[in-house]
Amino acid sequence: MEMKNAVAGTLESGDIMIQISSGEGLEIDLQSSVAAQFGSQIKAVITETLKGLGIENAAVKAVDKGALDCTIRARVTAAAVRATGKDVWK
Amino acid sequence: MMFVPGNNPGMMADAHIYGPDSIMLDLEDSVTMAEKDAARLLVYNALKSIDYGTTEMVVRINPLNTPYGKKDVEAVVKAGVDVIRMPKTETADEVRELEAEILKVETEIGRVGETRIMAAIESALGIRNAFEIASASTRMMGIALGAEDYTANLKTQRTPGGAELLLARETIVVAARAAGIACFDTVYSNLDDMDTFRKEVELIKTLGFDGKSIINPRQIEVVNEVFAPSQKDIEKALRITAAIKEAQQRGSGVIAVNGKMVDRPVVIRAERTIALAIASGILSKEEAL
Amino acid sequence: MRNTKVVTLEEAIRRSGLKDGMTISFHHHFRGGDKVVNLVVDKLAEMGFKGLHLAASSLSDVHAPLIGHIRNGVITKISTSGLRGELANEISHALMEEPVVFRSHGGRGSAIASGELHIDVAFLGASSCDALGNASGCPRSENAKSICGSLGYALPDAQYADHVVVVTDDLVAYPNVPKSISACQVESVVVVDSVGDSSKISSGAIRDSKNPRDILLAKQAAKVIINSGYFTDGFSIQTGTGGASLAAVKYIRESMIEKGIKASFALGGITAHMVKLHEEGLIGRLVDVQSFDKVAAESIASDQLHQEVSAIEYASADHEGSAVHALDIVILSALEVDVDFNVNVLVGSDGIIRGAIGGHPDTAEDSALSIIVCPLLRGRIPCVVPKVTTLITPGAGVDVVVTEYGIAVNPRRPEIAERLKEAGLPVTDIRDLAAKATSIIGVPDALPFGDKVVGIVMDRHGKVLDKIRNIED
Repeated sequence: MEMKNAVAGTLESGDIMIQISSGEGLEIDLQSSVAAQFGSQIKAVITETLKGLGIENAAVKAVDKGALDCTIRARVTAAAVRATGKDVWK
Repeated sequence: MMFVPGNNPGMMADAHIYGPDSIMLDLEDSVTMAEKDAARLLVYNALKSIDYGTTEMVVRINPLNTPYGKKDVEAVVKAGVDVIRMPKTETADEVRELEAEILKVETEIGRVGETRIMAAIESALGIRNAFEIASASTRMMGIALGAEDYTANLKTQRTPGGAELLLARETIVVAARAAGIACFDTVYSNLDDMDTFRKEVELIKTLGFDGKSIINPRQIEVVNEVFAPSQKDIEKALRITAAIKEAQQRGSGVIAVNGKMVDRPVVIRAERTIALAIASGILSKEEAL
Repeated sequence: MRNTKVVTLEEAIRRSGLKDGMTISFHHHFRGGDKVVNLVVDKLAEMGFKGLHLAASSLSDVHAPLIGHIRNGVITKISTSGLRGELANEISHALMEEPVVFRSHGGRGSAIASGELHIDVAFLGASSCDALGNASGCPRSENAKSICGSLGYALPDAQYADHVVVVTDDLVAYPNVPKSISACQVESVVVVDSVGDSSKISSGAIRDSKNPRDILLAKQAAKVIINSGYFTDGFSIQTGTGGASLAAVKYIRESMIEKGIKASFALGGITAHMVKLHEEGLIGRLVDVQSFDKVAAESIASDQLHQEVSAIEYASADHEGSAVHALDIVILSALEVDVDFNVNVLVGSDGIIRGAIGGHPDTAEDSALSIIVCPLLRGRIPCVVPKVTTLITPGAGVDVVVTEYGIAVNPRRPEIAERLKEAGLPVTDIRDLAAKATSIIGVPDALPFGDKVVGIVMDRHGKVLDKIRNIED
């Protein structure tokens, strides 16, 4: 899939900033203050969201400020839509 | 009704803990054009995942004649929103256009008729058409005044006394009552002036409004104090809680007042009325038992 | 006046007879602005001391330079109430061979009095001191620079240490009265340029939290107090730090005025809020172990009814006369509370030390009503959990937990639960709160603790309560 570099989200508390660019397989670089307790969950949500959008190859840089799973899903989807130009709405 | 910016996940996560009757997640004025797509996804995912309890969830969408409006409708209907708030409503046709968009998405997901509409009236033309707007659809649950755009449209500005809004407010209350729906007043933005805010809430309660739009949890207490339940509401609530006790004693799950079945939302509202009445000192704890 | 006490720091150390392996002590009244610990330990390192035990009433971010002195063997053991910042982080990552010993303020006072914590040389910073050693935390001249008010945490050290050195940046004429530390307890007086950075010792005026969640928690805590059954004329109260517990005082005040109820005394760390209520006649006396801000420090300097107490008089479990025994209500904060009402205020939920025990277990255990105010969630960090990371205050002493999602009452206090329910407050089971947290944020992974014990938590009676292990990255 054609992919531009794209960003979504902010560094505000409760948010997560997702940068996405083309890559081989799914590479996720995660920075989070709650990495010890939630790192694996956050990565799983990012992976599952991308796969749900049909994206199997991408490099993701995530800077997390304590975001809930629903926020992670929203930010990953927004970044992916911006990167691929393919919207999820009709 | 508490306004929460639609692109702020921190505020969206726990807005309901402050106990507003409804929360309005905003996709319109508080979101920049560059972030419309991201905010829409955020609101969609929040509505699907966050347990807002009994709080009524409203989303203010972008106008349908912008590139964002129809996508907003699709997203929030799919997420199961209670109410869509349409901004800058000027004619009944706009309500019907929104209704058609909602129906399209509802049909697709098999959830027809669940989504209700609130129309915000924010211009002189909208005020002229208030009753037609209020009665444009069976989905209409309320109309609300948006005072910032309205005063700009009138070529005036807001004042503490609110003389410039009087006609609009009265028109909205009358239109809502004639159409048998609810009406909500505009926001008051100066958080540091609670006295003027309280006066404004007292005024709009006297005019007949059902509620006030707020921008910060700190304003909730004032609205609750001013809107403390009437004696009639309290008596009705007490009859319901008495019926619950009676049903429990009988070991029955069926609660009835005056021969009519009482369902869960009514019980919750009755309990809230009593708690509010105790909190405002209208009802003593002994009387509530 | 003939005067042999005023000497250089080096001379004071030499005179004290300090030897390798001995225990030195400090107080933390200068909080984040403290310069005394770093100044003295730098000098001890320069003089070649090794293997010292540093026993401070607490340590904070500003003490990061101790990391170097631990690496080079000057400090090999630490006793404190709390640790923060880079020093805490390094210690959590197994910086030291010997575990840090954590005690509450009351526990430290008891341990010093009983000899369990023997201090060889105490280095006690003072805002003013005369040449004979009468020392105070109050300003006594135009030159006063570093004002902290009460010296309550330094008083056990002054009383029981073998040798006492007062370090001051304002040497004033004899007699420096009223004094906190008596000249009869002091061997040397050292004058330095500055004992503390006054901007970091205390804030100026009352800062009301505008955070809506703090306000919500504060209002709920105030309602708990008002309806608890303990809100009667002559009650006594203590509040911890933290926006919500400070703000709670504001809402209690309104109710006190309305109902004509007055408090007999306020205890502990005294804040501008408490001073205001006292000056309005709503609180009879202020019993001050630590003056939290400038307003409190100014009040203790001038108001007869605002009195200093030592850590022992404040919160010792061994002394029946300590003030906590007369305390009705305490509002405290928490990093974590578990379903058995146990509280952790020391170790973050990432396993890294980031707090202080303070008077938490002392006041919770001895007060008639202890209220913990904490949000259910801080970002994605849960504060009501199945089991606390580290046990600091046992649940037996904790009565009510106030969160934004509901109020939990310890099942040991059914009468309080009943009163709060009657008042229409949202009383819920603490297990439901923990479940609510999990439903919002998911179940956290277990922390990567290692096998090395880096900290030992002593209870206030001198027994080991819990052990803190190192964290691995």
